[in-house]
This record gives sequence, C-alpha cells and structure tokens, in this order.
Amino acid sequence: MVVINIPQPTVSVTPLDVDTRMTALRKMLEIRLTEEKIQEMFLANLIRGTTHLCIGQEGVSTGVASALRKGDTVTCTYRGHGHALALGMSVKAMIAEMMGKTSGCCKGKGGSMHMTDASIGLLGANAIVGAQLPIAVGAALTASMKNTGAISVTFFGDAATNIGAFHESLNLASVWKLPVIFVCENNRYGEYSPQHWTTPVENLSVRAASYNIPGVTVDGQDVETVHAEFKVAAERARAGEGPTFLEMKTYRYLGHSRTDTGPYRPPGELDAWKERDPILLLKVKMIADGQLDEVEFGELRDAAERHVAEAVEWAKQEPYPTEADLLTDIFYEG
Amino acid sequence: MPVLTYREAVRNALADEMRADENVVFFGEDVAAAGGVFKTTPGLQEEFGSKRVRDTPISEEAFIGAALGAAITGLRPVAELMFADFIPVAMDQIVNQIAKYRYMSGGQFMVPLTIRSAQGGGVGFGTQHSQTAENWLLNTPGLKIVLPGTPVDAYGLLRGAIRENNPVIVLEHKGLYNLKGEVPDDTGVLELGKAKVVRAGRHVTVVGAQLMVHRALEAAETLAKDGIEVEVIDLRTLAPLDTATVLESIKKTGRLVVVEEAPHTSSWGGDLASLAADEGIYYLDAPVKRVNMGRAMFAYSEPLETLAIPSVERITAAIRETAYTQ
Ligand SMILES: Cc1ncc(C[n+]2csc(CCOP(=O)(O)OP(=O)(O)O)c2C)c(N)n1
Ligand SMILES: [Mg+2]
Repeated sequence: MVVINIPQPTVSVTPLDVDTRMTALRKMLEIRLTEEKIQEMFLANLIRGTTHLCIGQEGVSTGVASALRKGDTVTCTYRGHGHALALGMSVKAMIAEMMGKTSGCCKGKGGSMHMTDASIGLLGANAIVGAQLPIAVGAALTASMKNTGAISVTFFGDAATNIGAFHESLNLASVWKLPVIFVCENNRYGEYSPQHWTTPVENLSVRAASYNIPGVTVDGQDVETVHAEFKVAAERARAGEGPTFLEMKTYRYLGHSRTDTGPYRPPGELDAWKERDPILLLKVKMIADGQLDEVEFGELRDAAERHVAEAVEWAKQEPYPTEADLLTDIFYEG
Repeated sequence: MPVLTYREAVRNALADEMRADENVVFFGEDVAAAGGVFKTTPGLQEEFGSKRVRDTPISEEAFIGAALGAAITGLRPVAELMFADFIPVAMDQIVNQIAKYRYMSGGQFMVPLTIRSAQGGGVGFGTQHSQTAENWLLNTPGLKIVLPGTPVDAYGLLRGAIRENNPVIVLEHKGLYNLKGEVPDDTGVLELGKAKVVRAGRHVTVVGAQLMVHRALEAAETLAKDGIEVEVIDLRTLAPLDTATVLESIKKTGRLVVVEEAPHTSSWGGDLASLAADEGIYYLDAPVKRVNMGRAMFAYSEPLETLAIPSVERITAAIRETAYTQ
C-alpha cells in the first residue's frame, strides 16, 4: 500500500468564506474539464504537437490565484493551463490557442506550452525548464523599483530545482530582497524519473535555506492550505521582506506529456493520490459544512462541461493565421 | 569638439540615457561599485544610486533573464555581460527567451532591453576571453546586434540601443576601449541599422566592423600610394544589416572584400558574399574575397594570435589581389 505523507500546515488554515470556496471549486472544475477535453482533442488529432496536463494539481494554481491581487504577475511552465485559467484566461482563448487560431491568447504563435496573457498578469508559460524563474525575478525587480506593491510568482516543477536557473534565481532574489514567490509543484516526477533518482533530498523546501529564504513544504492538494501558506508568503513579499520558497506536494494523474502512459508509477500510487483529489477534498468540506450537496456539485460539473464544449465549437470556427502573420510580432515597430 | 576614448563614450551614453529616462537601470558583475572590469562605468552608481546601478552575483543566466522580466514589466534595463565569451552561459535567456518573447506571446510585450558585452582579440586574453560573439547570435531572429567601432559610434549607438523598444546586443571591442576620437556635442542618438562609408574609393569595396575597419583603413592608405582607391564600409550594425549601402558600393567598385575577426564558416561574411551573389552578381568584376580567421582560434601566444586575426598585411594583400583580378 502506498502511504502519502501529508505535510502539516505551518500557519493556521481557516476555512475560506463560502463564495471564495465556490469560486475555487468552479475554477478547479473548469481546469479539470478543459484539460480532459484537451486530452481528448489531442488523441483525436484535433490539436497538434504535444501537451502537458495538470490534472490532479489544480489545487495549487487555484489556491495561489485566490490570494493574488490585480497587478501581481506570474510566470509558469509548459504545464500551465491550470495557471492560466486560474488567473482568469478564458477557455475560448486557450482552446483557440491550442488549435493555432488567431483568436488564441497568443494569436496561435504560442500553443499549448506558452499560454500568455499580459492583461491578467500572466507573463508567460515557458518550455525551457527553469527559464521562467529569472524572468519572474526581473518582474519583481520592476515591482520593487517602482514600489507598486505587486508581487511576482513563478511556478516550476520538482525536477526544475536541479537546474542552474533555479539556484541562481533564488540567490539573486534573496540578495536583492525582491517580492518574488517561488512555487514548486512537486508532483514527484520529472518526466519519467521519480524524484529520488535525480534529487538527493525528499523535501525540496530545504533548498531555500542556503539562500537565506524561508522554505515551506505544503499540502498542495488542499486548496485552503495552499491559499493560507501562500498568503503569508505574499504578505512578507509585499512588506519588502523578500522571497519565499513554497514546495507544494501534489501529483499529476496523467502522463508527463501526451504519449506517456506512466509505466514508472508504483502500483497503488495513483489511486492513493486520487483519494486526496483537490476537487474532492474541497467538495467534501463544503458538503460537511452544508454549503453544497451532490446534486449541486453535479450541476456545477455539467455547467463547466457545457462551457468547455461551447468554447471548443466556437474555436473550431475561428480562422487560422495567414501569410500576413508570418513575420509580424517579431519586433515592436515604432 | 570633445575628444573621448571609446571607453568614456560608452560611459557617457549610459549616463545620458539614465538622466533622460528614470526607467533605465543598469546591472552586471562588478559594474557598480568598481565601475566595471574595463572601467567603462565608473561613477554611475554614485550619480544614480544603488537601486538603479547594481552589482550582480556571477549568475549570467539569472540576471539576463531578470533583465527580460524587468523589460516586459516597465523598466528599460541595460545588463553588462563582462566578456562576450560568457554569452553562451546566458544563451537560453538570449536565444529562447529574449529573442522570442514578443513573438511567442503574439505581440503582447515590448522588450526594451540592452545587453552590453566586450568582445574581440588582440590583447592577449587567451581563447576564452577574446572571441567575437556576433555570429553565435545572428542566427536568431528577434535580436538587434550592434558593433560600434569608434568613440562616436560607441556613444550614439549605445544611446540608440537603449532607446530601442526591442532587444539589442551591443558588442563593444575590448581592443578599442583606449581609442580616442571626436564625439561632437550634438551626436545624440544614432539610428541602428545604418552602415557608414568611412573612406570613399572607386576600385574595391572593403566591408568590416570594429578592429577590422581600422586595419582596412590602414590597408587603404598603403594601397592609395599604388593608385588603388579603396572604399571602406563600417557596418556598425549587423542585425538589421544595411545591405543597401553595401550593394550601392559594389555597384560602383565591382569588387568586394569582406574582413572579419571571426571564423570563416556560418558568419556574416558569408551572408555578404551571398548578398553579392544574389543581388549584386551583375556588378561584380572579380570574385568576392573573404579575409577572416579560417578555422584558427584566438590564441594566447602573441605570434599565434597575430597570425589568427586578419592583419593589415593580409587585408592589404587580399585587396590588392582583388583589385588586379581581371
Ligand atoms: C532545459 C530543459 N531540459 C529538459 C527539458 C525536457 N523536459 C521537459 S519537462 C521535463 C521534466 C520537468 O519536470 P518537473 O520540473 O518536475 O516539472 P513537471 O513536468 O513534473 O511539471 C523535462 C526533462 C526541457 N524542456 N528543458
Ligand atoms: Mg515534476
């Protein structure tokens, strides 16, 4: 039997108010159902290339986004659909982008791995492991120099803590005391390699110590815990006390990318994590607190499903870019 | 008219842009308190403060990436990458991030950032501190690449680079930092992407940048005594390349010599030969001649380095041969 160690909260986790809970639940369902649809479209060859889904990890992006303010910025990874939707990207803009359409968030020039929307603070999803961390440090430099009170958040995986850019970024953010929050989504694997093959420590949060940054290991499956731990880090950053490193323990249910079936998982591991599904955990709490029942949950799910289906039908009708778009957006003219 | 060294010109350009725009920030290794290893930036931290002028850890990838993050959120950063040989350490940020950030986002961002770096040989720094970097970068769309060769260009083009709303890499030549030249008070901001005919002549066109232009000018002086009139073009910017100025010149001379302080393969010299073949073939009276480092490396030992980098003698011989080819 696979036993999951659940990190204990380091701050007091109070229940979020019912509206915030409901918003989080809806958001997680939207992410889940959008990604299920994306997977289906990929397997049906309606979308080209590859995709990296975050199904199982929705609690992290949703919990973090619930504690952000307007003006805050985010950089994230190729596994970034959850971050984008959590920040407020529309399903339409995302699906159109995946289909390479001009009405996609990046006019079809980004694709699955590069969901970007400056208007919601999403400065970009990156396909180079670790590259988004220095960029987030730079966004924090702007916030600090212009005294905007904004914070900069960067999401990355467990395996990304072995690349130089990670270490350089923590170091630089610490010596410059910048308002950046490093959010590691530890889903236990880097592609097909389990963490212990590549990384000599179990809790990655210990890595923050040598940069004199607080490092916290967090239960990433409980959206309220994510919110509470993140909020403390955000307050520190806004108060000019510098960066925090949050390690969110989480799990991805599907393969690393489109073709991976996950043969490397020990038997029982996936099922054990599904019992701590972020949507399930919040749903159970809300039912226990009399804020939701199974019928209402079913309705929320159906509504999300319809919403995604409508976006797909809409995106299918949208135009593709043409030759006129080939050389645009390379340089700013003017 | 004020006479400045190339080094002072760099400093003045940076200072003038920092005075003109409070969003300009400057950082790099030992650039602030110490004023840079080539002493190009002394006094800037005193004038502009330790927030706008910063020393960084030795983390090229992080601070170049931070320049990008700062540029897309409202600052206008200038980052110094001490020696151009260290550019590969930050290559991911330059090639995959900075050059592509606007494009991949469908035009959502402006990327007003400048990277300054010192390149070039001839001063005995050895193989890992002498290389020219432009050809590593030219293969990447999305970057502007500037190679000033005189104090006035070092001043005006750096100001132009900082004002530019796109990523610009300014490769200064470390062998030219002590070079003196007139920098008129009204120099202001020079436009990127414009080559300059630095000596007019009718017989042979010689194209180069930085140290190679100075050597080509010496060669031209010698050849003038033999009645060979050489036109020398300083490219100044390699991306975008001013092809019109080069084509116009070979239309006049019918002969082209390209001089590079770089290996022969995959370089802008090859691109100019291709330009001459594609668009200038009917003007040509002789094959295009390329003078460069072949497959030689920048060497430590003085005789070897001297052999590797095109000398005035090699350039003179190549021009003479081209001039007399029937
Ligand atoms: C610099 C770099 N090296 C390798 C890859 C290929 N690659 C893509 S994702 C990945 C695994 C990253 O794992 P992790 O950081 O844990 O994030 P996760 O995919 O689990 O979210 C690898 C090796 C890459 N994109 N970039
Ligand atoms: Mg992982």
